[in-house]
Amino acid sequence: SNPFEVKVNRQKFDILGRKTKNDVGLPGVSRSKAIKKRNQTLLKEYKEREKTNVFKDKRFGEYNTKITPEEKMIRRFALERQQNYGKKNIYNLNEEEELTHYGQSLAEIEKLNDIVDSDSDTEEKGTLSAELTAAHFGGGGGLLRKKVSSEQQDEEEEKPKSRKELIEEMIAKSKQEKQERQTRRESALELTEKLDKDWKEIQTLIAHKTPKSERKDKEVEKPKPDEYDMIVRELGFEMKAKPSERLKTEEELAKEEQARLQKLEADRLRRMRGIDEEANKKRPSHMSADDLADGFILDKDDRRLLSYKDGKINIENEEEKEEDEAEEEEEDEAEEEDNEDEEESQEESASENEEDDAADSHSDLESDLESEEEAAGNKEEKKHKENENESQNVEKSDPKREAAKSELPYTFAVPESYETFKSLLAGRTIEEQLIILERIQKCNHPSLAVGNKAKLEKLFGFLLEYVGELATLDLPELRTIDRLVLPLYNLCQMFPEAASDSIRFILRDAAHDLEEVIEVKGRATYPGLDTLIYLKIVSLLFPTSDFWHPVVTPAFIYMSQLLTKCRITTLQDVIKGLFICCLFLEYVSLSRRFVPELINFLLGVLHISLPKKQAQGYTVVHPFTPVGKNLELLLVCDKEDLKSWEKQNVPLSIVTRLKEASRTEINHTRLSCLALCFDLIKKCAALYESLPSFHEIMHPVRILLTQHVPVNEYPEKMQEWYHSALKELENKVKHYTPLICEKKKPVPLKQYTPKIVKVLEFGRKQAGSKKEQERKQLIQRHKRELKGAIREIRKDNQYLARMQLSEIMERDSARKRKVKELLGSLATQEGEWKAMKRNKWKN
Amino acid sequence: QLPTGLYKKVLVILHDSVLPYMNEPTLMMDFLTVAYGIGGAISLLALNGLFILIHQHNLEYPDFYKKLYNLLDPSIYHVKYRARFFHLTDLFLSSSHLPAYLVAAFIKRLSRLALTAPPEALLMIIPFICNLFRRHPACRVLVHRPGGPADMSEDPYVMEEEEPSKSRALESSLWEIQSLQSHYHPDVAKAAAVLNQSLSEMEDDISGLLELSAYELFDKEVKKKAVDVPLEFEQVRGLFGKKNDIFAEHFSLD
Repeated sequence: SNPFEVKVNRQKFDILGRKTKNDVGLPGVSRSKAIKKRNQTLLKEYKEREKTNVFKDKRFGEYNTKITPEEKMIRRFALERQQNYGKKNIYNLNEEEELTHYGQSLAEIEKLNDIVDSDSDTEEKGTLSAELTAAHFGGGGGLLRKKVSSEQQDEEEEKPKSRKELIEEMIAKSKQEKQERQTRRESALELTEKLDKDWKEIQTLIAHKTPKSERKDKEVEKPKPDEYDMIVRELGFEMKAKPSERLKTEEELAKEEQARLQKLEADRLRRMRGIDEEANKKRPSHMSADDLADGFILDKDDRRLLSYKDGKINIENEEEKEEDEAEEEEEDEAEEEDNEDEEESQEESASENEEDDAADSHSDLESDLESEEEAAGNKEEKKHKENENESQNVEKSDPKREAAKSELPYTFAVPESYETFKSLLAGRTIEEQLIILERIQKCNHPSLAVGNKAKLEKLFGFLLEYVGELATLDLPELRTIDRLVLPLYNLCQMFPEAASDSIRFILRDAAHDLEEVIEVKGRATYPGLDTLIYLKIVSLLFPTSDFWHPVVTPAFIYMSQLLTKCRITTLQDVIKGLFICCLFLEYVSLSRRFVPELINFLLGVLHISLPKKQAQGYTVVHPFTPVGKNLELLLVCDKEDLKSWEKQNVPLSIVTRLKEASRTEINHTRLSCLALCFDLIKKCAALYESLPSFHEIMHPVRILLTQHVPVNEYPEKMQEWYHSALKELENKVKHYTPLICEKKKPVPLKQYTPKIVKVLEFGRKQAGSKKEQERKQLIQRHKRELKGAIREIRKDNQYLARMQLSEIMERDSARKRKVKELLGSLATQEGEWKAMKRNKWKN
Repeated sequence: QLPTGLYKKVLVILHDSVLPYMNEPTLMMDFLTVAYGIGGAISLLALNGLFILIHQHNLEYPDFYKKLYNLLDPSIYHVKYRARFFHLTDLFLSSSHLPAYLVAAFIKRLSRLALTAPPEALLMIIPFICNLFRRHPACRVLVHRPGGPADMSEDPYVMEEEEPSKSRALESSLWEIQSLQSHYHPDVAKAAAVLNQSLSEMEDDISGLLELSAYELFDKEVKKKAVDVPLEFEQVRGLFGKKNDIFAEHFSLD
């Protein structure tokens, strides 16, 4: 190009390896480019700035890239047809509908008018016709009509007549046309029928002949397509056989199962120790090249874990798998049915299409026929399969379950509210309830529809509520709850977040109630059986050994509140308290965490089983008091009751039921509670023996057991419990080692080994982590873009200003020109006038 | 000489509604001393008035720390006036001129009693003990005794001894806090684990922890957002269907 148009940016220093983009520029070219672009965009906008009309492209699917052009055209055509169809109905006066006026058909009125017109030539006729015109065409304004009626009557008489005649003519014409059309259509129909008949005759002839003649285009009419073709197509549509994994032997399966459990257990242990968080926090930072022993590695000792689940579980799991498979087959069936329905509907639509498009080419017909045949074939195959499946299922499922199933509908919608859910389960047996729940889950599996996930998540909440309600009944249906735990578990496995949320919600409500009662009354009472059941369910659904768990940790705190804040006034309270103690023990059975409240409570329970006297050598803490009311709750004095006592399980329903029991039974329950307490102490002792201050923790309990409990008065069974607990407490070795702080990790000396960093790009700052670098880059890019945008806007404004200036200049110059013209003409006029004047003067 | 309820009411308001307006606050001396001697919650409440007299009116109280030491019993972690009591105790023990044996006895006793405390009290007392260690470095032998005997069959500390100097606290170690490291509440366990490492120089601020209630604790936990929820992998087989279920042994579903 022209060397005078090139601008060169001079480099001050030449640096090897540096690439520069902007060393040569063509300012003229780029400027002209920019102006051109602005001419096309900005100028256009500027010129159309006050025009609001917009061009809208409403063609169907014009900008929709998902539709293929062919389909687009078809859809458009259909739309067009639809539009025309609708319009025809509205404006077609002659077809079917009869227009009426005041209940009489218009056609008859017209006829009547004709008669009137022909019969009488009175003056009234004029006014009547005026009315008619007004009715038909809206008439003119009132004034106009008056004028017309008064002044120009004679002329008017003719006008309406002519108009009416015109209308008549039109009607007559259209009627004639309609008739003609009808006749034409009928004749066409006749013709087509005749043609069809002929065709059929010929067709039969051809069908007989074609097997002999070898004409290719008649192949379609073969009664049976080629066997080879059929096979080819079948192969094409068949699922390609995929290489599957080889079947595993029992041992391998067992091994895999074991490995899975092992992994889960290791995971659980990791969570129990709360290592996750620490590991996340401890990111080894770059120290120096020599610094190696930095990140510590966990060694998991897995060997211990294997010992406590082996064998049995594996077998059970396998059984479950089989069951699952059977269920999956059922599901498949349902899906197949669905598919069939769809296909049928597709076929129907296809046949409709065929009917619509009467003028189709032969090739289309062919393909349609083929597809129909294929579909039929597929259908048959499927039916075959189905039958097989069904027979299998029948063999598998036992008759009892089958009978139960036969009464219930097979599909259930997920209930939207708790009321509908309850009504769904009301009046059903446990088995049926379970089946209903299972089917709800199956029918609304989240993979089947989009909204199912939310629905099933709600279901978990309903189920929990239902369990709570069952537990609060006068006669709690604990057996039902026992079974309902399984669907709860399954739902929880599917939706952990939702489940944890709803349980946390329940816990929060319970804790809130407790807090309110404490604030109002100053003391709290134990919650109902439902809360206890919820707490038990928590231990079933979630791992209670985690260091921190979103559900279990709040449950821990809530239980601790219950044990420390709630007053013990009745035997039921004692039972509930002991239930919570059991819960605590179960929660910490794996993690062996220390629960002070548990020991306190057990000590208190032992205390209230003693006859009233000053406690010595130990102190009981809240909610128990050394002196005062509610002591001797568990004290049994009756010798006979003591003798006749047998250790039995405490029925949970006793918690809600008021005491109808006899004194003896109450006494027996008391003794059972005491035995439970001994057992819990024994378990605690076994659990906490590794704690360094085990003896200090158990000190008060031991003193109470050895010095205050009247062992000799107890029945023999109770003495056994007592002695086993005491033995567990006594036979622990006292063992103390002085504490030593963890040694501080020595801070490594600073080394002077060079830090080696990969250089990705020259002229860039390398410092910082990858994230930091990215951030910096983003900031820089933003800055650059901002600058560029500002520059562009500035240039736009300049351009616009230039345009406006030129416009103004143009306008001004035009005005100047006009003024000049005017002035010129005026001057000439003046001149002429003066000249004339002068001439006059001269003359 | 007063009924217990009235005693408590009077003592609750004494320090800020009565004492500042008296011409001779020292007149209350006898009343407070008697109240302090009664024991239990009344002693705890009398402490506040006594503190004002000692602090602003030069009251000399013999064996003050011994009495304070004997006030500590398991109920202090459960009573309503816990915050007030520990606020004052913190003040009394803030002097760096206290003998090491005394502070060690306090530490040992507080942590021994902590074995029966609820989590909200534990969250307060552990930083409290940490602060005592920071103020009195001589007590650090309780958590760090490198050259001590390898094995002991008995804790040298004597809990029942009323005289702090004879309680042999300095020969002992804080096994109680070590036990609390396996407390079920994650925050307590973490707080207790701090004593394993060497302490930082700055004291913890415990004023916010004094009033901590169990419900606040629960609320804090329940509001935490969980990233993911770990699940029990053992298949359930009913309410009491676990292996070795304690409930199955003692409760029935009737």
